[in-house]
Amino acid sequence: MHEQQTATAEVPEVKNPVESLLRMDRMPHIWCPGCGIGTTVNCFARALEQSKVDLDKTAIVSGIGCTGRVAGYLNLDSFHTTHGRAIPFATGLKLANPDLKIVVYSGDGDLFAIGGNHFIHAARRNVDMTVICVNNLIYGMTGGQVAPTTPVTAKGTTYPYGSYDPPFNLPFLADSSGAVYVARWTVYHVHHVTKAIKEAILHRGFSFVEIISPCPTLYSRRNRLGDGLDQMKFYQENSEIRHGANTKDVDIDFQKKIIVGKFVERERKTYRQLMNEHLTSVFGEQYTKYEG
Amino acid sequence: MKKVQGTVVIKADSCKGCAFCVEFCPTGALHLSDSYNAKGYRIPELIDETKCTGCGLCGLFCPDFAIHGFIIKKVA
Repeated sequence: MHEQQTATAEVPEVKNPVESLLRMDRMPHIWCPGCGIGTTVNCFARALEQSKVDLDKTAIVSGIGCTGRVAGYLNLDSFHTTHGRAIPFATGLKLANPDLKIVVYSGDGDLFAIGGNHFIHAARRNVDMTVICVNNLIYGMTGGQVAPTTPVTAKGTTYPYGSYDPPFNLPFLADSSGAVYVARWTVYHVHHVTKAIKEAILHRGFSFVEIISPCPTLYSRRNRLGDGLDQMKFYQENSEIRHGANTKDVDIDFQKKIIVGKFVERERKTYRQLMNEHLTSVFGEQYTKYEG
Repeated sequence: MKKVQGTVVIKADSCKGCAFCVEFCPTGALHLSDSYNAKGYRIPELIDETKCTGCGLCGLFCPDFAIHGFIIKKVA
């Protein structure tokens, strides 16, 4: 019915710059109107282009959930894994083929509830990968249950009178587990998200980017917060950029100020470097360094 | 002040009417039109094409990859 509409008649046909990185045959995607995951994919695609990494040597790994669908929509080598196990699969990929750039793209429930254990251990070992967590503060795909990131007093289907479970502070968890790059932004900060993802991809070691995203269908509706646009306006008005903030102080409370920024950037030896160094010190020249 | 003329391309069929592009357009060049697409969502429209600078922020915000802006010419 509707074809592409252009505002002026003599405009040359210009393709959307991210189309080459997407599987357009699978569009439109499953995400709800007002959901922020599509915007994060947009930022991620632009960050990949700007970072100039070899796309034939980039792999994206997702778990299960709304954000887990990202791997299916990106025109890269992608891996849609079992629930919570995106990081173990990514670790295996990285060990088998150290030339690959690995990006784990998943949601808060998948990475921190079902796969929480894997996250802290990959960060502890400093496996060279980038973890992007789209945090919508609730379990979206399964029907709005309270997640380990849901703020206290927010309602979900499993806590109809409001949650009283203290939530995880994701940047603090990543920082204390040993991640070398930790940043948090909201979907409203599109340019910052793009820059943070680019920096995280180019930073060697376990880098972590948290992106707070609206969930209009479940989180906002159950808590009477309006639609996706209302949440975006809330982020615009209530985000405070504080680079280098102590990650202990960046807790998220229900509808309170959100502290965003780049919190941690440091250098640590990666898992493969440590393995090669240690085994060389034990076996000397008998040991051949593992380069993939 | 304004040195470039831009425009937007809208894929009406992909749009879900979230209005992120309309709200965050830096020059206020877009609005939600009264027409609906096949799924029943109100789609954005360029109200004043002279206002568009082709910055592409609408395209960066769009969760459905349904809109993108670009520069068409320089204005003296």
